[in-house]
Amino acid sequence: MAELYSVKDLETQFHTREGTVHAVNGVSFSLQEGETLGIVGESGCGKSVSMLSTLRLIPQPPGEIVSGEAIFQGRDLLKLSAEELRHVRGGQIGFVFQDPMTSFNPVQTIGKQLMEPLEIHLGMNKKQAWDRAIEMLRMVRIPNPEDRLKDYPHQFSGGMRQRAMIAMALACSPQVLIADEPTTSLDVTIQAQIMDLVTSLRKELGMAIIWITHDLGVVAGLAERVIVMYAGYIVEEARVKDLYAKPEHPYTLGLLRSLPRLDMDEKKRLASIEGVPPVLFKKPKFCPFASRCPYRIEKCLEENPSLMLVGENHKAACWVDTYTGKER
Amino acid sequence: MPEQEVILHVEDLKMHFPIKRGVIQRTVGYVHAVDGVTFDVYKGETLGLVGESGCGKTTAGRTILQLYKPTAGKVVFEGKDLVQLKSEEMRQTRRKIQMIFQDPYASLNPRMTVEEIIGEPLLVHNIEHGKEIRDHVKDLLELVGLNPAYVDRYPHEFSGGQRQRIGVARSLALKPDLIVCDEPISALDVSIQAQVVNLLEDLQKELGLTYLFIAHDLSMVRHISNRVVVMYLGILVEMADRKTLYENPLHPYSIALLSAVPIPDPKIEEKRKRIILEGDVPSPINPPSGCRFRTRCPLAQSICAEQRPEWKEVEPGHYVACHFWNNTKSLQRR
Repeated sequence: MAELYSVKDLETQFHTREGTVHAVNGVSFSLQEGETLGIVGESGCGKSVSMLSTLRLIPQPPGEIVSGEAIFQGRDLLKLSAEELRHVRGGQIGFVFQDPMTSFNPVQTIGKQLMEPLEIHLGMNKKQAWDRAIEMLRMVRIPNPEDRLKDYPHQFSGGMRQRAMIAMALACSPQVLIADEPTTSLDVTIQAQIMDLVTSLRKELGMAIIWITHDLGVVAGLAERVIVMYAGYIVEEARVKDLYAKPEHPYTLGLLRSLPRLDMDEKKRLASIEGVPPVLFKKPKFCPFASRCPYRIEKCLEENPSLMLVGENHKAACWVDTYTGKER
Repeated sequence: MPEQEVILHVEDLKMHFPIKRGVIQRTVGYVHAVDGVTFDVYKGETLGLVGESGCGKTTAGRTILQLYKPTAGKVVFEGKDLVQLKSEEMRQTRRKIQMIFQDPYASLNPRMTVEEIIGEPLLVHNIEHGKEIRDHVKDLLELVGLNPAYVDRYPHEFSGGQRQRIGVARSLALKPDLIVCDEPISALDVSIQAQVVNLLEDLQKELGLTYLFIAHDLSMVRHISNRVVVMYLGILVEMADRKTLYENPLHPYSIALLSAVPIPDPKIEEKRKRIILEGDVPSPINPPSGCRFRTRCPLAQSICAEQRPEWKEVEPGHYVACHFWNNTKSLQRR
């Protein structure tokens, strides 16, 4: 598989009245062609901000992309002109946002909003765009697409709006689809519909997907590779099976243990992670998870570990081997 | 199962909200939010009430507390029908039934200190005054795992999980017997959810509380509940003890709902077969005739449109409302 997209040393800060928030602190990863990459983490871990930063979709100011590069097809997206970037966004890279309620314009019909990227990116005329929009809605399994295109967003249910959002993101046949918590605000039965849809569309269209979520269950069923983020850092990266079978970072381990599972019957106490994630007004000098970590050693309070190879295609940012309790 | 004491008996409870239109606010229809639900809650247990958004689970919880005046039905708590109580009697009874709300950001008044928030029920019910309240609040803070020195802080100084602990402390102030927990953890991050759930479990053991736990997270409900009831579009579709409901669900909706929940294990996810329900939940303004679930049910027949299926006990303690409950095994294969 060829490398399609690579992000290096990305650092994003927000300058707020209370101080500078270090939201993303040097994130590097790559995406292969046709691959599904899951990015998991809790709110405020920088998973959305890092993805939005690579497409310069964060408001600047207060946001600032301090450093890094995002190489897509040999070009650094962070250095492109606004005009060039406009062709990449929604063209070769599609984006699905979290909240289907607010990501559509409420005063334009779904049809108009679906046709816009087609006219801009592919230079279609109205008729062509209309026909293609019908085709797109049909592809995301919305019944009566001809009539539905004339509807306004409020006439769609939450699940249908998210389908329409996906249709819009896929309108120009992108090579990468970035989905930011696309099923978080939906019910489980609707989430199952959307996951089913995305899985089959990926097979049909062969695009690569970056799926951002806080739900370790969703990632288990969708992704091939997973990145776990905490406090603006990548703390673990592995193939999906390795990550769940043998999590190496104490945070990943803690998350998996704190989840009740539908298929587990014993009524035992949940292993919670004590404490709360740090507030990122200062860039952490040592391991940001140290204060909550049951495996902490002295070194953890002195130096922030970078990602190190801990197994085949498996990286973790931790000084301790959680299985032996010894320093790596 | 030993004979259990019923603490709350809900019978054919209905809550219809009028839809008003026009200048004279004529009633043009009703939202059938809760449309005839019947169940018991036993003393000391946790009953999980699950369903998707808009199924009426929150309305059911609020109607039980008489925060809405029910359209019909009975809510018998410790021998008294709450629907019939006069307002002063109800106010007194409410000391025994408390609620924990979903959103810890919206359910705490930002202009009140922790002492005022947690102490308010004590003041309103004229139980304690001044210094007593302050001491009591400190005890409660300690009970829910917060530093008693925080009494003078304001809600914005706390994280989401801590705020939810304040909400829990407030609900405990009057020493209730029953707490209706309305999605108490769904606004919290995963690592914090476990903390709050553990707290609720500890308190239950320590204080002998009974919970009606309303949630949409089926994995968490399995973890915390003794019995579970599944709601769909204003009615109950299935109720059973935890193990039975999760291992041998009989209603097509429960089966589909359980199959839709992702399991954090790629090996299992790979092999699992999901039942993908078509379409969306219909509107509760014009719910489907007969069985409410028939529009999305893979097993629906003509009888489902004609007759509302009876809520019947098919094995001891296992209730189902489906014409074909005996035939749903085919769906169960994962």
